[in-house]
Amino acid sequence: MSLNYIIAMLLITLGLYCLLLKRNLIKMIIGLSILTDGTHLFLISMGYRAGGIAPIITGETISNLPGFAASAVDPIPQALVLTSIVINVCILALALSLSIYAYRHYGTLKLSELRRLEE
Amino acid sequence: MGKAQQVLSLGMVMIVGALLISAVNLTMPAFGSFPQRQIGENVENAIGQQILENAPRQTGAANVVTSVVWGYRGYDTLGESTVLFTAVVGVVMVFRAVRRPE
Amino acid sequence: MAGMTIIVRTIARLLFPFMFLFGAYVVVHGHLTPGGGFPGGVIIAASFVMLILAYGIEQTQKRMSFVNAEVLDTIGGVTLAIIGLLGLFVSGGFFLQNVFPLGELGRLFSSGNLPLLYLGVGIKVTAGILLIFYAMLFASRGENE
Repeated sequence: MSLNYIIAMLLITLGLYCLLLKRNLIKMIIGLSILTDGTHLFLISMGYRAGGIAPIITGETISNLPGFAASAVDPIPQALVLTSIVINVCILALALSLSIYAYRHYGTLKLSELRRLEE
Repeated sequence: MGKAQQVLSLGMVMIVGALLISAVNLTMPAFGSFPQRQIGENVENAIGQQILENAPRQTGAANVVTSVVWGYRGYDTLGESTVLFTAVVGVVMVFRAVRRPE
Repeated sequence: MAGMTIIVRTIARLLFPFMFLFGAYVVVHGHLTPGGGFPGGVIIAASFVMLILAYGIEQTQKRMSFVNAEVLDTIGGVTLAIIGLLGLFVSGGFFLQNVFPLGELGRLFSSGNLPLLYLGVGIKVTAGILLIFYAMLFASRGENE
């Protein structure tokens, strides 16, 4: 019943709602970004240690390395989410540029009219 | 889309949301139990614990996340640089096509 | 796009070296503090974008033009490939293996090829984000005339 997991699932549901029910192209892209953010929150929350510190060796912990290894949180999901955030930025840049191209070409951004045009 | 289709889609999204929240509450291990993972009957330590113990000695970096990003998972970061490069090339190409008809 | 008033231009000119320095600090200290190549590259690109917003695209083209940004992107990628290929020349080595000395924990010149790899990635991310910004600005320049 922890708050992290519930908020992550709420974000995923909200992103899914925006992707399914909105008709504007930009709103669907925003929903995609919200979905990705919920997934990242879920992944990072899976590697939490109760009462843990960040996995970075500072001046205070450098003298006690086994104690540091027994009280730090998981570093692997953080590294993977770092990669995923950069990829999310690339996807957003390409999706937005393609929607600008579609707007210049068709004159509209509503999905129902974009589907009916044959070209 | 029609009114009935909208209500149906909204109902399905809410059902999926309820399923996700209940699945997270019922089947996930407790929040904050990092090294202990229980698969069936075995209780074992996750691999992150071994990386936390060996990383300062093997890579010499004080930031354990950096040593995971480049030392233990270097190919993922290399692939991500390729994705970044491809996305930049794609954006520049699309905007050349946007500019030329003017 | 036209620049802004003289107050904004003066403040942007004063703030640009500090933002650049902070971004370079985040990139270089990637193996000691949180951060590294990716957020540091975004901060350096944001400092250039601040100059573009304050002075207009015509004047900033003289400092960092489109071709310069493309060349920088390629230099960052080639740096990554060269440092990775250096690991093959050690006996029994693999791609991206460490050939530089490991050093002492917590110092700036430590941990092998990690700071050099982050330098390459920082240059690549900076040039990439600047290129995206330039491409979008050039496309919208034609419709105002």
